[in-house]
Amino acid sequence: MNNVLKYRKYFLTFSAVMVLAAWVCIAVFGLRPGIDLQGGTQWQVTLSKPGVTPADIQTALVNAGSIKDIQASVENDGSFLIKLPAISEVEHQAYLSVLKNDFGAVGEENFSSIGPAIGAELAVKSEWAIFFVLVGISIYIAYAFRKVSEPKAWKYGFVTLATLVHDVSIPAGVLAVLGVLAGVQIDSNFIVALLVVMGFSVHDTIVVFDRIRENVLVHRGKRTSFYDIVNASIKETFARSVNTSFTLFLVLLALMFFGPSSLFYFVLTILVGTIFGTYSSIFVASPLLYLWQQRGERKAASK
Amino acid sequence: MAARQKLAAVLVFLVILSIGAAVFDYDPVWSKVSSFRNWTLGLDLAGGSLLTYNIDLSKVPAADQASVVAGLRDVIEKRVNLFGVSEPQVYTEQSAGVTRLVVELAGVNDVTDAIKQIGETPFLDFRTVVVPTSTSPSGVSVSSTGPVALSFSSSSAPNYQFIPTDLNGRYVTGAQVTLNQYTQAPEVAIEFNSEGAKLFGDITAANVGKPLAIFLDNQLIEMPTVQQAITGGNAVISGSFTLAQAQTLAQRFNAGALPAPITLVNQQTVSADFGANALNRAVFAGLLGTLAVMLFMIVYYRKFGIFAAVALAMYVALTLAVFKIVPVTMSLSGIAGFILSIGMAVDANVLVFERTKEELKRGLGHYAAVEEGFKRAWTSIRDSNISTMITAAVLYYGTSSFVQGFALTLFIGVVVSMFSAITITRTMMRVFYGRAEDKKAAAGS
Repeated sequence: MNNVLKYRKYFLTFSAVMVLAAWVCIAVFGLRPGIDLQGGTQWQVTLSKPGVTPADIQTALVNAGSIKDIQASVENDGSFLIKLPAISEVEHQAYLSVLKNDFGAVGEENFSSIGPAIGAELAVKSEWAIFFVLVGISIYIAYAFRKVSEPKAWKYGFVTLATLVHDVSIPAGVLAVLGVLAGVQIDSNFIVALLVVMGFSVHDTIVVFDRIRENVLVHRGKRTSFYDIVNASIKETFARSVNTSFTLFLVLLALMFFGPSSLFYFVLTILVGTIFGTYSSIFVASPLLYLWQQRGERKAASK
Repeated sequence: MAARQKLAAVLVFLVILSIGAAVFDYDPVWSKVSSFRNWTLGLDLAGGSLLTYNIDLSKVPAADQASVVAGLRDVIEKRVNLFGVSEPQVYTEQSAGVTRLVVELAGVNDVTDAIKQIGETPFLDFRTVVVPTSTSPSGVSVSSTGPVALSFSSSSAPNYQFIPTDLNGRYVTGAQVTLNQYTQAPEVAIEFNSEGAKLFGDITAANVGKPLAIFLDNQLIEMPTVQQAITGGNAVISGSFTLAQAQTLAQRFNAGALPAPITLVNQQTVSADFGANALNRAVFAGLLGTLAVMLFMIVYYRKFGIFAAVALAMYVALTLAVFKIVPVTMSLSGIAGFILSIGMAVDANVLVFERTKEELKRGLGHYAAVEEGFKRAWTSIRDSNISTMITAAVLYYGTSSFVQGFALTLFIGVVVSMFSAITITRTMMRVFYGRAEDKKAAAGS
């Protein structure tokens, strides 16, 4: 960790490739909205009859009514997850009796049916939440770097926002891939996870930048190059950046593998965001800042 | 050393406080001590049902909407109480110009029945009628004691205009089946409360000689002509009911009638087993995560790490106590937020310890290095928690109830962690570390 800037090309290239790949995945595969964002029904049942496949359930339900868009899948614990458009309570009961007729006793673990209007509303609310978090964080960044003179405060700010985009894009890309591979949907939990990642990302980056700022002041008037200051700052903050993220990583792992299955993708999103957020605060943010500063200096020198 | 004794006293107090908090947190023990507070679990953990209804206020004048919504809430609450649900929650929420009624039923196994019951709550209202010119309603004779039924189909009177009044099912206190004294047809006699009686009196007084329409679930039931003001607070609905229909209607009125129609738009039901399983897993994951963090801190920071681990245990006990006192309803998302905050709670310790290490390297004595570490790390600790607090605050005001539980516990967790990491760890280090180490170092040299 003594000379992160020396290998900046590799680190920055890696990040650029990851972010581009994430964007391509999102553009090509799309993010599948979950029932709470567009309305729909999610129904988890256990059947006492052995040997029933999701396809059996799907066929039975599709044949029973006019709704064709019904998907069934089997969960880790052997229960079945049925997804269909928003249905009324009457339809719910009708489908339940179809299941009882075909497969015997049915245990309803979980039933949730959300009207499209409520879904759309939540989607709008989520967009606003993202907007307000971005505004709040930008104000916070401006505040955090208010005393910085060299490099310019807005450079710190823009690099912090760039790493934020990096840290959010990658988990979103992962979820897009999982959407294709495992039918994972984007629900409001996912948006919450991204917002949490934003908060962590900014805080991690600020820790390193804060040290650069401090060291620039300490070395003012001395002939220490910005290159050395940045490298020293990364080295000094390395342990704390990694350790603060690692403790979070530990609880997230526990929650992901031993916690309730309904939180799995929520935790996974935060986990991926935390890993790349830590990576970016060490290997992306400072090199970017250095590159920018250096270009400015070269321009100034060539004049 | 007096200062040190004082610190030791503070530490003993904090430890006792934390142990007290731990007892308070653990219901199996706490319930033996006091019944002051028990954990309130969200529906996703306790099992139960969340029903959301849209309230149709399109026919209600803007000025009356608040009281109608309040009345609606009361009626549904009364109805829900009939199922013997423990602490049903009925509340309204305003969202994008739509008013919704939310019913939370914890521990109801037969939600279907509950939904049916709520759905069957009749919606009764009275409307005045603007009679189109030259057409007078036919075959009507009404007296205050027994309005005569009209079998009325809307097709036969397409030109009537109905104007809603304030009088609706909200003011109904009771109903019973009576038989019409002339025709022997079953009728439903309803009784208004004093407010409703006054409204009914006013409306009938203002409409003597004109028809008054009675609507049930937005269907015109009858349209008798008012003969004179009726002030007794009684009215009779005499649609063409069979005896059985009249009895059902009276029963439903007795359970409460709606002041505005509602439709179910959202239903979420979780079985009690499913909820209990999720709770167990979440608690287990939380414990495991906490132990892993403690272990890591001890392995990496050795002696310092022990302080951090003890402070973390105290943090968990104290934060849970805050949740319980507030009280925060613990949902799955709330627990997730709290577990996340456990992972972040030692961040402050990491910042302090790293700073202390640097100061030690720079040649400061142990005590001075610790003091300097706390002093210099404080701004970073404060700043580093701000971005998480911004996110949590936006989430709390921004979105759905899943998100709110998460945001609230994360926010409280972060705030308590700043206290625990600074106050608790510093006190411990001042008592057990610092000077003693410096003395040793001095004796050795």
